[in-house]
Amino acid sequence: MTESPIQIPDTESLKRLAKDLRLDILDMTTKAGSGHPSSSWSAVEILTALYFGGILNYRPDEPWWRERDRFIMSKGHAAPLLYAVLARAGYFDREELWRLREIDSPVQGHPIQGMMPGVEATTGSLGQGLSVGIGHILGGRLNNLDYRVYVLLGDGECEAGQIWEAAMAAAHFKCDRLTAILDYNKYQETGPISREMALEPLAEKWRSFGWQVDEVDGHDIGALIEKLKSARSVSNQPVIIIAHTIKGKGVSFVETDFRFHGRALTPEQAEKAREEILCS
Amino acid sequence: MQLGEIAGLKPSQPMRDIFGEALLAVCQENPKVVVLDGDLGNSTKAERVRFTFPERFFNIGIAESNLVGIGAGLAACDLIPWITSFSSFLLCNAYDQIRLSIAMSNINAKILGSHGGITLGKDGPTQMGIEDLALMGGLPTMVMLVPSDPTSMHAAVRAATEYIGPVFLRSSRVAMPFIYPANDCPFEIGKANIVRQGKDLTIIGNGIMVAAGLDAAALLEKEGIQARVIDLFTIRPLDRDTIVNAARETGAIVSAEEHLLHGGVGANIARIVAENYPVPMRFIGLADVYVESADPYDLLKKYHLTAQDIVLAARDVYKAKISGAS
Ligand SMILES: Cc1ncc(C[n+]2csc(CCOP(=O)(O)OP(=O)(O)O)c2C)c(N)n1
Ligand SMILES: [Mg+2]
Repeated sequence: MTESPIQIPDTESLKRLAKDLRLDILDMTTKAGSGHPSSSWSAVEILTALYFGGILNYRPDEPWWRERDRFIMSKGHAAPLLYAVLARAGYFDREELWRLREIDSPVQGHPIQGMMPGVEATTGSLGQGLSVGIGHILGGRLNNLDYRVYVLLGDGECEAGQIWEAAMAAAHFKCDRLTAILDYNKYQETGPISREMALEPLAEKWRSFGWQVDEVDGHDIGALIEKLKSARSVSNQPVIIIAHTIKGKGVSFVETDFRFHGRALTPEQAEKAREEILCS
Repeated sequence: MQLGEIAGLKPSQPMRDIFGEALLAVCQENPKVVVLDGDLGNSTKAERVRFTFPERFFNIGIAESNLVGIGAGLAACDLIPWITSFSSFLLCNAYDQIRLSIAMSNINAKILGSHGGITLGKDGPTQMGIEDLALMGGLPTMVMLVPSDPTSMHAAVRAATEYIGPVFLRSSRVAMPFIYPANDCPFEIGKANIVRQGKDLTIIGNGIMVAAGLDAAALLEKEGIQARVIDLFTIRPLDRDTIVNAARETGAIVSAEEHLLHGGVGANIARIVAENYPVPMRFIGLADVYVESADPYDLLKKYHLTAQDIVLAARDVYKAKISGAS
């Protein structure tokens, strides 16, 4: 099997990389004056593990390489995180990041398939990415390609019926090359999940749908890499890794106030946030 | 340049704030009104009701099909549900539920589609509702309202709540200036309002395009062209008389909408004009493209939905009228 082009860095450098990604997300959304920084910060370690921890097999200079592993950002509002990661992985110049949400720029507020190299699916209306991932698995079988497919889901997103239609189908088709990662930050847009629409018992729900379920601290890069690696050895059923995360992770005043959902920081808040991220 | 600035219209707050106020007002007046949210109450401002009447507010979560179905059940219990979310998510995720459980069942449910059109701006095309009126157009029993200013928003929410049957109310995200004085807007479902008199041609708009039409009319006046402007706030049923009279009395029509031209309001106006009193027409709206993420005003300019675009179309249609062309 071909290796990822990125040398797998040690955990310390991955942590530094995560910090840089947080800063990129901050700068992108502050400059754009809108976007979803808190939702993006929540999953920084998850994408760091996937793209830079030796999990995903990809070629940034050949973004649509047929054998590549697929990553689908189903919670499309975390687009700033996806772009920041793709830029640092070498898919495009980092300068592009500062054109997020600007007129005549391909860096769309939510991901549009193929508009930037490495963007695998159009998302932003929640609930759709897991089904697309199953299609990639079935297509891979027909095309005799043995890539893996990873899909990042929001916890609020799991309220969507389509997620459970896909959950059923993935088990039915024994999609063992499909791994979902659930960014379980316990908040949706208008409040705590437990108050708005109880999801628990969540692990049991997935298990009863035929999935292998694992849980992890979603900010522990080393643990994430380990769980993602062991997911590869599961056969005959799809795997979901429930990653326990903190929405807004890295910036204390965002972590404690869900009303930051979908809001860029003011320039003053951004300065405070930068200091916190740098000192963390 | 803000909407309505050329015409000297008084600016106002974003329409969603007005909607939140209006929704709370009908809840205060009528205990049968209940509100359903798709986890966007902070954006649609339906949350105003949650804060005041928590027992009459239900967040169904990120699950639009379920949201619509539950609304339909509530309507069958003699309550008046306001089902609220972004226009795109509701229409595109729950069209069949709206079709069967609401439109075909002809029940007394109200649907708010907020963030219609392209002026939600930077969140981009996945969140925009550029096809919502076309989709609602496919549901024969659905009354469709598109208020153009704060006063007509209040009137529309009240009229929709009082009307017995399915109603869709579309709103856009940008602030719309006052076209009518506060608390003084003639608003009868199915009756369009003439908001400016003119004899040379007629601009027919809905939503933000009414203010843009008034701006265009102010520019055209400087060239000696007197444009009539119609606020077509009811998209179904269309006000046939006001449209036919405009054709007969002004001899040329420009239709303007923040929506795809394909399946849009302009096509329906043209059908009425063609059947009753054919005159030259021009159409302002979105061509067959997906719009991008950007500042709303940049988008209006790039995709040709500004007062200047209406002026160009108006000059052209006026020339056609004078020369007897089409
Ligand atoms: C179908 C649909 N309905 C509503 C929305 C509006 N919306 C955007 S993000 C969001 C909350 C998402 O919560 P979650 O999945 O938990 O993601 P988080 O931001 O917490 O990572 C909502 C309701 C949407 N994008 N798509
Ligand atoms: Mg969440």
